[in-house]
Parts: sequence; C-alpha cells; structure tokens
Amino acid sequence: MTQLTTQSNFNVPDEFYERLISAHRDLSTNESNAMNAALVLLLSNHIGDLNIISQALEEARRSVLAEA
Amino acid sequence: MGDKDYQSLQMEYRRVDPGAATHWPVVIVGAGPVGMSMALDLASQGHKVLVLDDDHTLSVGSRAICFAKRTLDIWDRLGVGDRMVRKGISWNVGRVFFRDEEVWQFDLLPEAGHRRPAFINLQQYYCEGYLFEQCQADPNIELRWRNKVVDVQEVGSQVQLTVDTPDGPYSLSTEWLIACDGARSPVRKMMGLEAHGQIFRDRFLIADVKLEANFPQERWFWFDPPFHPNQSVLLHSQPDNVWRIDFQLGWDADPAEEVKPEKVMPRIQALLGDDVDVQIEWVSVYTFACERMERFRHGRVLFAGDAAHRVSPFGARGANSGIQDVDNLGWKLHLVLQGLAPDELLDTYCEERELAADENICNSTRSTDFITPKSDISLLFRNTVLRLAKRHDFARRLVNSGRLSLPTFYTNSSLNTPDTDDFSRALPVGAVAPDGPVMQDGHTIWWLSRLGKEFVVAVFCSDALPEATTLQQLANPDFQSMPVRCILVVSPELEGDIEPGIEYVVDQDAILSARYDVRSGACYLIRPDQHIAARWRSVDSAVIGQALARASRTQQEVSS
Repeated sequence: MTQLTTQSNFNVPDEFYERLISAHRDLSTNESNAMNAALVLLLSNHIGDLNIISQALEEARRSVLAEA
Repeated sequence: MGDKDYQSLQMEYRRVDPGAATHWPVVIVGAGPVGMSMALDLASQGHKVLVLDDDHTLSVGSRAICFAKRTLDIWDRLGVGDRMVRKGISWNVGRVFFRDEEVWQFDLLPEAGHRRPAFINLQQYYCEGYLFEQCQADPNIELRWRNKVVDVQEVGSQVQLTVDTPDGPYSLSTEWLIACDGARSPVRKMMGLEAHGQIFRDRFLIADVKLEANFPQERWFWFDPPFHPNQSVLLHSQPDNVWRIDFQLGWDADPAEEVKPEKVMPRIQALLGDDVDVQIEWVSVYTFACERMERFRHGRVLFAGDAAHRVSPFGARGANSGIQDVDNLGWKLHLVLQGLAPDELLDTYCEERELAADENICNSTRSTDFITPKSDISLLFRNTVLRLAKRHDFARRLVNSGRLSLPTFYTNSSLNTPDTDDFSRALPVGAVAPDGPVMQDGHTIWWLSRLGKEFVVAVFCSDALPEATTLQQLANPDFQSMPVRCILVVSPELEGDIEPGIEYVVDQDAILSARYDVRSGACYLIRPDQHIAARWRSVDSAVIGQALARASRTQQEVSS
C-alpha cells in the first residue's frame, strides 16, 4: 500500500506557504472556507488513491483532536 | 384515453368457497407490485399460487413511478413488459441544476441495441392494474381481497395461517409463505421480527399535478433553487400529462399543514409560474428510512420487497429492488417445489438479495447525505461540488441526486463458478446477461427474450460449429434432470450448416459477441433469472455439469 508522504516534498517550502496564504487574500472567512473546500476536492481528485486520501484525512483529523 | 381508473377500482370480496383447497404450495401475502409479480413468476412455472391482501383497492396515488430497465426485462419475462412500456414515459436523460444554473446532465443509456429504455415513469396504480389483470387471467393464481393474515405458525414442514375476512376467520396451510406485505409488514411483526437501520429526519412533499406543459421527458433535479431556497426539488413526467414534483421541506414542516391546497399551490406556482393552469392530482408528505431485516428467510417464510428492506426514494431502488427479489426467488423456489434442488438453494436467495439490499441502502444513504446535508461542513462541500461541477468533470461525477437503480451483480455468490479462462472484467460472473438484437427465422428479436425459466447454455460460434458429439452431449445432457436448454449464437455464415432441431439465433452484427467478450467456441451458463453463472473459452459438458450443479446447489461431493 502506498504511504502518505509526510516528509517534505516541496522544492521550496516557503514558496508553497506564501502561495497558499496569498491565494486567500481579500476573502472573507466564509469565502476562504469555501475555497479550502474546493482545494480539498481538486487535490483529492488529483491524488485519486483512496488509501492515501484516507491516511491524510486521519492525520488531519488527529491534528485537530490533539489540539482540543 | 381509454384507460381504466385503477385508483377507484374496488376489488370484489368473495366468501371463500367451502370446498376450496385449504393447503397450498405457495401463499403470497400482499398484492402490491412485488407480490403480484411473484405470483406471476411462480404461476408461469406451473405452480398454484394464492395471494392474500387485507385491502380491496390498488395503489392510491402515483407512489413508485420510476421503473428501471431491469424491472422491465423481468416484466417482459412475466408477460407484462409491453403494456407497461406502452403506457409509460420512456426517459434516459437527467439534468441537475444548482440555484439558477444547469451544472450537468446525464444519459443513462448511451448505447443502442437494448430492448428497453433505462427507465419508464408510470404511476404505481397502472403498474398494479396491469399486474392485477395479468394475475386475474392466470388460472394458476387466486387473489383473495379483504383476506387479512392474523396468525402465522410454522408447524412441521408447513406454515399454518389464520386469515380474517368479513365473514370471520378461516385456516390455511402452505408449504411456503412469501411475505410481500410492505414496509410495515404485518407478517414480520406477527413473527416477532424487525427491520433495523437509519431513519432520516427530513420531510418531503410529493405533489402530482396535471398540466399541459412543454417540459421535455427528462428528470430535472434542483439543488437550492431560487423558487424553493435551501431545499431540493425534483420534477418528473408521468403519463396522462401528470408531473411529479417533489419538494424537500425539512424536518420542522408540519405534515398536516403542508398537504393543504393553499400551502401546496404557491409552491407549485413558484416553480411553474402563476399563469399555468394546474390541477392537483395527489399530495403526500413523507419521511423515509433505510433499513432491512437481518435475514430474509425464516424457515418456510420468505420476505421480499419493502417487507424485507426499505430505502430512501432517491435512486428508485424500492420497487425495482423488490422486482429483482422476485426474479431471484422465483426460479429457486420453483426448483425446490419441483424437488429438483434442496431447500438450501433458498438460502442463496438470502445471500444474494441481502447483499443487494446493502448495496441499495448504501447508494440511497449516500444520495440522501448529498441531497440533505446534515452539517454546515457537509453543506459547504456539497455546494462546492456543485459549483465545481460546472467546469470540472471530476466534480460532476460527485454530484449525487440519486444513483438510479441498476441490477445488482452477484459477483461473489456461492452459486458462481469463478472464471478459469480470461474474460473482460467489465462483465463479471454474477452480472445480468446483457441484451442485444439477434436474428431468428429472419426476424430481429431480443436475446433476453430467449433466456429465462430454465438454465441456458449459450455457445458462441463465429468460425465453426461445435463437433457433432459435443452438440449431442449438450442436447442430451446428463445434468441430473435439471432443465437446461442449449442455444447456439452463430455468425450469419454458419447459419446454413446447422442441423434441424438445434436451437440457435444469429448474431447478425456481432453485437452479442462483443458484449459477451467472446471468440468462437466460448460458452456461457446463464441462470433462469438471466444472471451469468459461469463461462469458458471452450465447451466441455462435464465442466458445464459441475457449474450447473453448483448454481442449483445440487452438487454431489466429487472426490478428485
């Protein structure tokens, strides 16, 4: 089974982060939430492999629950 | 229009003739679409069938309106398909709207060369009316109205029933009882059994309206339209200029208020415009559940249709799956009644149709979650999918306004003989045998019309006919008296070489050969319900015999 990559996979990590934040520029919180939803859908479809997506969903959920 | 008003038909109650038989091979409880189809199936195999119904009318209101291709194929086998299709509205195209824009459309049957369309829409009272008339004309079927089963006891190798009538109760016994008595199944209750699942907290309004309109004969589904904000709406045509409009209302709606014409009319006018001349035919507020019984067989009592399983209406999987239950149970019960198969064959009705129920429940639950999101984030993802669907194919594939009923493939059934030869995975063993046009005596006929009732061995011949000895073995098979027919599917060049007495059809345009992924010499074993039981790249009657024994649960333990 292919594993979710959690080692750094970006050429220039800071550049990815900058693009992510600037893509949300001038959006209201509601709009940003909607944009994030669209982003999740687009990237998930690109990945396609439900095993990878399930691992990512689990990790993401864990990160939220750990904070609470 | 020359049609009967089936909704107002009052069935005549008749006192049971004191000389009438008190023991039956099969008794069916419930004269709905499933019960009557079941009766027709068994009667067509020569069995005497008694149908008991506690009411004396057919369906009031249009209720189930979408009948799928597979259901029509089954009704063709039972002799009622043509009438249904002639009266019904055939459709293949659906459109989905989000707010005021169309986001996508689909065509359910993009391929030519099938006898029946993907769906017809037909009011349930027509469906029941035609089934009723077919039952009435069948000397093997007796229908008793206002005969209410009030007690069910399995005693020894029979089921004893107490039946209440306006003239008081009487007793009956039967070898097999089939409960097709609907979602609230009194038989189920009497036996102390339950169905379990999920009840959805939402209400929907059905309004059937009569109007002269120029809408195309398509399924139109709106998410959050301007004329009914934050909810969904479905518009669908039925015969006699009747349109089904289905409004999502939400859980807080008051069902008693919502059915009042002064509440319904403004909703309809918001959709159709103020100036449209509309007559309301039928209004109903409903809720729904997805649930099933744990087991569909309890000794000599078998459950079918809504009595065994219920789904939400999205996907038209209620009545359609009930008719597939009939299709699955009919031939098995026939073989058991004939003493040709052991009653364990009926356990495979459970095996196959319980999984089918799970598949239908899974699909209709997913549709329900998309149509009526249960949380803010679920609504956000749903609306985002709909927005993306305008531009992106992947999002269109996520839009779920109901995954419309397709026949369940019994891919992992214990009746299947798994492939040993290489075949396309698009058509697995356990699937319904595909239809296609073939020639017989110079006429085009439909392949499925040649299948049913018995097992069929279909041998595909495009280069050469089978050896005479093979043909002889197939024509005179030693298959433990199991009824089997062998049919050759030949290319036009070989037709002249066929000896008299051999059953064959001509695959004129090689459509069938393509759909079955065959080269010359391949053969398929097809069950009486037209599902594929086994297949090979060459003909070997001993191997066919083993597969047949497996598919009918008659196999002897063979030491190897």
